[in-house]
Amino acid sequence: MVIPDYKKYLAVERLPHIWCAGCGNGVILKALLLVLAELNFRPGEILLATGIGCISRAGDYVSFQRFQGTHGRTLAFVTGLKVARPELKVICLIGDGDCAAIGMGHLIHAARRNLDVAVLVANNLNYGMTGGQFSPLTPNKSLTSTSRAGKNEASLDICRLAEVAGANYVARTSVFYHGELRKYIREAISKTGFSLVEILTSCPTYYGRYNKIGGPGEMLTWFRDKTVPLKKYLQMDKQEQKDFFWRGKLVGRDAPNSYTYGKKNEEPDG
Amino acid sequence: MAGEKNKVQFLSGNEACVWAAIHARARFFAGYPISPATEIAEMCAHELPRYGGFYIQMEDEIGSIAAVIGASLGGLRAFTATSGPGLALMQENIGFAAMAEVPCVIINVQRFGPSTGIATKPAQSDVMTTRWGTPGDHSLIVLTPSGGQECYDLTFAAFNLAELFRTPVIVLTDAVIAHLREKVTVKSDEELFLFNEDKQFLRITGLVHDSFGYSSDVPEVAGELIARLAQKIEGYQTLLPGSRFYGPESPEVLIISFGISARAARQAVFLAEQEDLAVSLLELQTLWPFPEEEIRKIGVKAKTVLVAELNRGQVQREVMACGISPEKVRGINKIDTTVITPREILNEILTVIKNN
Ligand SMILES: Cc1ncc(C[n+]2csc(CCOP(=O)(O)OP(=O)(O)O)c2C)c(N)n1
Ligand code: SF4
Repeated sequence: MVIPDYKKYLAVERLPHIWCAGCGNGVILKALLLVLAELNFRPGEILLATGIGCISRAGDYVSFQRFQGTHGRTLAFVTGLKVARPELKVICLIGDGDCAAIGMGHLIHAARRNLDVAVLVANNLNYGMTGGQFSPLTPNKSLTSTSRAGKNEASLDICRLAEVAGANYVARTSVFYHGELRKYIREAISKTGFSLVEILTSCPTYYGRYNKIGGPGEMLTWFRDKTVPLKKYLQMDKQEQKDFFWRGKLVGRDAPNSYTYGKKNEEPDG
Repeated sequence: MAGEKNKVQFLSGNEACVWAAIHARARFFAGYPISPATEIAEMCAHELPRYGGFYIQMEDEIGSIAAVIGASLGGLRAFTATSGPGLALMQENIGFAAMAEVPCVIINVQRFGPSTGIATKPAQSDVMTTRWGTPGDHSLIVLTPSGGQECYDLTFAAFNLAELFRTPVIVLTDAVIAHLREKVTVKSDEELFLFNEDKQFLRITGLVHDSFGYSSDVPEVAGELIARLAQKIEGYQTLLPGSRFYGPESPEVLIISFGISARAARQAVFLAEQEDLAVSLLELQTLWPFPEEEIRKIGVKAKTVLVAELNRGQVQREVMACGISPEKVRGINKIDTTVITPREILNEILTVIKNN
């Protein structure tokens, strides 16, 4: 395979990055940059929009356009930006806390409007930046710094939520499956309308350590063993499903935008 | 039609704000309905598309100001309108706009608070929350119209100032002038300047950042950035709408007021003049940065300074810190949902003069 020149999208002079050794965030960033290189975008055509959190620092390491707003509000900011600049390819890269806790409202409404953006959710199963607290996407019973006896709340399937909210494209994979990851990112970016890819990713520093999964390598194999193809998952009984994450493509459709922004009306006289 | 330029119209304060925005070429509004600002959203939904603009109803006020900031970065002149509870929700992203230097205009129609308070009654108690509601050292502009014409003129000015200084600008009105119908002369767009129309290469973050838009935690970078942001407007008071002055230069009593209370004060000064009393009024149009210099200049000449406002003395405390002796500054305050009347101000003037 010829590796496309992704380094032109990387702000090499800004390295080293702040992420811990063995963190999955670098894997996600590289997958994204490879896809951008494959699709051969010019720096002025694309914008990486992030929130606040470990993954959201990614904007500091890209050489093209970046926007970093406030915690949870990325989709609301880009709702306005896309009205002003509908031609801009906007890729949102946000954490599970950012998208499923504080920013949940905006996520649902962006999907409902079928806003033309690709949302990549880096789900490291906890709040990395603030030191490993549980998020809405942390599995039930998981150990975190705010659930030392195991998380006593239910988790949430953000993909199924995006589906019912109106997304045109929804898929889930993990950093273990790099080829699949790139494929889904490519499909999401190429899709018109709202697309979401949930990427299960490793936080060995907190989630991995608290749950005694092991180091970076063990975390990757843990994701391999913990994920099953969607079809197989659907054949499992409810009890068995609790121990696994499904992976695969959940939604692929071409519903039009539910809004008409971007169509300019005539100036009235006077 | 109502929006026709260079013509005298009969408009409510809310309507005057919308026409000023449209004439200032604002083409994006994002908002969430709230009394007493709702008519602004309704009118934008109707009028903006007719001018090639966009109305978007967001899921809340946090999203509204975020969408406004996004649209502004995309090259549209953008604004929102709200009232106390909505302003409270916008504060984090107002700070973001100050930090990332994104032009935007927020019309805040003050209502009686705190919390839901009384949605349809006026107050002037958002003075401090507009200035310091968002955390951190920063600078921003707050303009305070006192009627329909001022709603038009100051909203128009707000868009220019937002871009000139690359800052959020808040137009602070209240439930009374928002709904009061008055004669308003709308302008042509001669005085309009636009910096923000180009499609820029965006490198934006609300983290402390260097001039290339990369985040930084170097003390010198942080220190320099915040020092610049906190002072960037303060040195340029002359570019902001000046206070209006009515009455003799060396008054026995100087009244300082703004918004709806200034309207009562104008009448009170007129009544005092009839009785040959040396009473003047300084009507503030720019509330923040606080016009200390203007106030000091004439404040030192007055024997007594009365500050009339519908709160418990938010502007009064600023006046006392302007370099005039604080003992001679007193407040005329009301916090019972009714407005201050000219008679109440006049009575206060008469009491003061009797005791002087
Ligand atoms: C309004 C607000 N509340 C809280 C925070 C503190 N905070 C920063 S990052 C973060 C969580 C990040 O978790 P996630 O989105 O999952 O991203 P990760 O760090 O795991 O990549 C929180 C709570 C904040 N910055 N802003
Ligand atoms: S705390 Fe976790 S998510 Fe954050 S950089 Fe470290 S390993 Fe990655």
